[in-house]
Amino acid sequence: MKLQLASRLAVYAVLELAARPERQLSAAEIAETYGVSAHHLSKVLHTLRRAGLVQSVRGAGGGFRFAGNARRTSLMDVIDLFEPFDGAAASPVEPGSDTPVGSALNGVLTEIDAIAQATLRSVSLATCLKLAGKEAAA
Amino acid sequence: MTEILDYGIVPIAIRRVRQEDLPAIVALDAEITGVAKPDYWSEAYTRYGQNRPTERAFLVAETQDDPPRVVGAIAGEVRAWEFGSPPCGWLFSMQVVPDARQGKIATRLFEELRRFFQANGADTVRTMVARDNHLMLSFLRSQGLRGGPYLQLEMEIEPDLDHAGKGR
Repeated sequence: MKLQLASRLAVYAVLELAARPERQLSAAEIAETYGVSAHHLSKVLHTLRRAGLVQSVRGAGGGFRFAGNARRTSLMDVIDLFEPFDGAAASPVEPGSDTPVGSALNGVLTEIDAIAQATLRSVSLATCLKLAGKEAAA
Repeated sequence: MTEILDYGIVPIAIRRVRQEDLPAIVALDAEITGVAKPDYWSEAYTRYGQNRPTERAFLVAETQDDPPRVVGAIAGEVRAWEFGSPPCGWLFSMQVVPDARQGKIATRLFEELRRFFQANGADTVRTMVARDNHLMLSFLRSQGLRGGPYLQLEMEIEPDLDHAGKGR
């Protein structure tokens, strides 16, 4: 499955900050780590700040710091801020959906969405950081 | 997103289940699920607690209080060739009383079962969890479990109809 760019940037930013919550990083520093646009990342960080997941730190050397609970925040909690993940309710009605074939296909796609949602909801930021640690060690 | 405090590691002892633990396990499960199932847990005790001890484990976590209190339980078995799978450890059930959570009890119970599986020939742990059981899914992911190569499928069994279109 593919995440929208904003969702991916948000997950990168939150995990990067949650990995060391005592540290503050600027949008530019996070963007450089992941090879992404600092401009886009700044917008994403603004949304994360409003959601209470990060806080901005003012003054010289300011930036952002993780403000959430890594064990109690799931990937779905982050992604949900940027893209609707409610399957049929969120998707526009596709042509042909009112036909038996279209309806059957929608049923299969809804099943896939439900599995994807449950998977994302089951992975906390803390668990994802453990996975990242294993990747780094490999 | 709710802030939940970590109350530190709760001192417990983990041991094999005994018959006299059943009322506490029934109560523990009823507190979590809302349904008391004494017959179900009696059968689970027979199957996992008494039969085939080298393949099946039913463990409880009890506090160091006087008298000790059962605050968690876990059960599972090593199964071979079900669904085409080489021997693997199936986690059948796990519960921790709500007022004793956040004390690493589930983690220690799971670790004991994992060791049991490994000592009895299994190098994989599998289980099935309801999609909306976010707490259990999140816990198991934190222990390292991830989606496996199987899909759970199901269907409702509809009654057969006779030629008149009536149920048999």
